[in-house]
Amino acid sequence: MSTDVSRPAPVPAPTDAGSPAPELPDDVRARLYETMVLSRTFEEAILREYHADKGPGFDIGKGLVPGEMHLSAGQEPVAAGVCAHLTTDDAVTATHRPHHFAVAHGVDLKKMTAEIFGRETGLGRGRGGHMHLFDPETHFSCSGIIAEGYPPALGMAFAFKRRGTGGIAVAVTGEGAANQGAFHESLNLAALWKLPVVFVVEDNEWGISVPRTASTSVPSNAVRAAAYGIPGERVEHNDVDAVYAAAERAVGRARAGEGPSLIEVATLRMWGHFEGDAQGYRADLESVSALDPIPLYETRLREAGVLDDAAVARTKEQATEKVEAAVAFAKDSPVPDVADVMKHVFAEEDR
Amino acid sequence: MTTTAPTQPATRRLNTSKAMVEAIAQEMERDETVVYLGEDVGEYGGIFSSTTGLLERFGKDRVIDTPISETAFIGLGIGAATEGMRPIVELMFADFMGVCLDQIYNHMAKIHYFSGGNVKVPMVLTTAVGGGYSDGGQHSQCLWATFAHLPGMKVVVPSNPADAKGLMTSAIRDDSPVVYMFHKGIMGLPWMAKNRRAIDVVPEGEHLVPSGKANVVRPGTDVTVVTLSLSVHHALDVAERLDGEGVSAEILDLRSLVPLDREAILESVGKTGRLVVVDEDYLSFGLSGEVAATITDKDPSMLKAPVQRVTMPDIPIPYAHDLEYAVLPRQERIEAAVRRVLA
Repeated sequence: MSTDVSRPAPVPAPTDAGSPAPELPDDVRARLYETMVLSRTFEEAILREYHADKGPGFDIGKGLVPGEMHLSAGQEPVAAGVCAHLTTDDAVTATHRPHHFAVAHGVDLKKMTAEIFGRETGLGRGRGGHMHLFDPETHFSCSGIIAEGYPPALGMAFAFKRRGTGGIAVAVTGEGAANQGAFHESLNLAALWKLPVVFVVEDNEWGISVPRTASTSVPSNAVRAAAYGIPGERVEHNDVDAVYAAAERAVGRARAGEGPSLIEVATLRMWGHFEGDAQGYRADLESVSALDPIPLYETRLREAGVLDDAAVARTKEQATEKVEAAVAFAKDSPVPDVADVMKHVFAEEDR
Repeated sequence: MTTTAPTQPATRRLNTSKAMVEAIAQEMERDETVVYLGEDVGEYGGIFSSTTGLLERFGKDRVIDTPISETAFIGLGIGAATEGMRPIVELMFADFMGVCLDQIYNHMAKIHYFSGGNVKVPMVLTTAVGGGYSDGGQHSQCLWATFAHLPGMKVVVPSNPADAKGLMTSAIRDDSPVVYMFHKGIMGLPWMAKNRRAIDVVPEGEHLVPSGKANVVRPGTDVTVVTLSLSVHHALDVAERLDGEGVSAEILDLRSLVPLDREAILESVGKTGRLVVVDEDYLSFGLSGEVAATITDKDPSMLKAPVQRVTMPDIPIPYAHDLEYAVLPRQERIEAAVRRVLA
């Protein structure tokens, strides 16, 4: 029996926010606001194009943007706050609701939009769709399977560590995914091997129609980090400044070689699980628009003197310009040639 | 690991596990992005000797024992592969695929396609298959048809030491994910009944066997036996016995399910007109049906007799020795099938 088993360092107790939002520099806050506005503008455009030709009635497979569509409106603070600390040399593995993280991480808006429209110019030449976006330029990927984006993030972090790139990986799930085996296996392995990973849980309270209280045995997933000897932190109130501060600590730890951390953010799913979801199961819908984090943040920044009318207008105009250019690019792009449908299964078929 | 020392004779013989390890070692030597991950692959050297000696030679940064967390460490291999490494990841038994199948077929196998070819997953998933030693129905399955059924991964299955080396070298260098399935019964392990051909001549130095190229291990004119893995050896035993009765059996070792060498199957059956498929995987919806369909899709009139299939029946693999041997596709059942197809 070995006696020299090293004991893990004591784990800090999970901080249960409510902690006052830190004072961030004005330029940082303006940038966070811009990222959130760009993300929302993008999703509003996707929403418009998605519903433009689904009728009469609602046929999910019809139109310029066919298939299931999971939009992330309301969850922008999580992506903006976390990705503000990343460069495109860092990896992000996102969920089936990936757009806000893709936008915040700097995935090319035109290629992403083209992929969502199923065009040859898209990130995956129309083979992936909105739940399967892969961008080697920014090391961005996502998965349509709950919690299963966590394990590949470990491997990305492993490769970065090996190659000494200094990169880290951010793995995102929703709160429902924290009950999956992949979540727990990944936390354990990342902690064991001190991999440079930041685990992010977006707690929007809903696993499709099932509330967190009916799916999860603990009120905060941040406490689950303690089971793996890593810091866990919960950010309340969908507060982008607080997310930014928590991510700064977690990213700093990962970059310093101190291993993974977990951040859970109490966020807000403003729209349905997917487009077409009538949300009959939600009793809180009336209060949702008042909780929209973007106007709330805008008001806060106006009051703090960070933004004025002109800055707000400029931010929105620039976002609209970028997004509409991306939508136009997607619409003008060719659809993939059906003759090529068998290509790209294996590497030698890339041509 | 001293098997590449130049002092050894050109005809040196290795068992299958040593041949497999030799390929891994040579590729690790050649390419520093190759790492081997899995349960008990370090000090232990792999439960079925898939990594014997690698830890001593390459150290624990490249030969890495993992926790019993197949989803996490197979997924880790996938992420590392997408970021430019060439991981070899071992799933101890193919039977365990259920605990990590999502990472395998939804991620490892699909990322390249979803990305339109922009992201490659150059990863090898190795796993032990096969029964015959009373390990029961959760540790004896082959299941290669399940992997082969799910698009996006190559599936290779060596039957002898030289192919074990050559297929492994090719798998490691492949830019696509490859599932490499080694039968415990061909590894040449000292603690398990072994086939007499499990120790054989293995080429020294670089040796590549491409995936998708079947091998005519025994030419013949009367009947084609299409098979792979341990069943190749059972089929050879039968062919040698029937040779004395004037029956000339051609034996085709598929070596890989994906890609499947349909040309070789058609060529051989075109010559013999008779087909027996021997498969240690389950009967229904599997390899034997696929091979038979390869003929009937092309030209059913090639066949002078109905196709005979010798496979595991659609039951969980039983434990008791007599029961297990009654359902394994062994010599007696293969011989009976050959006689039926010739009758």
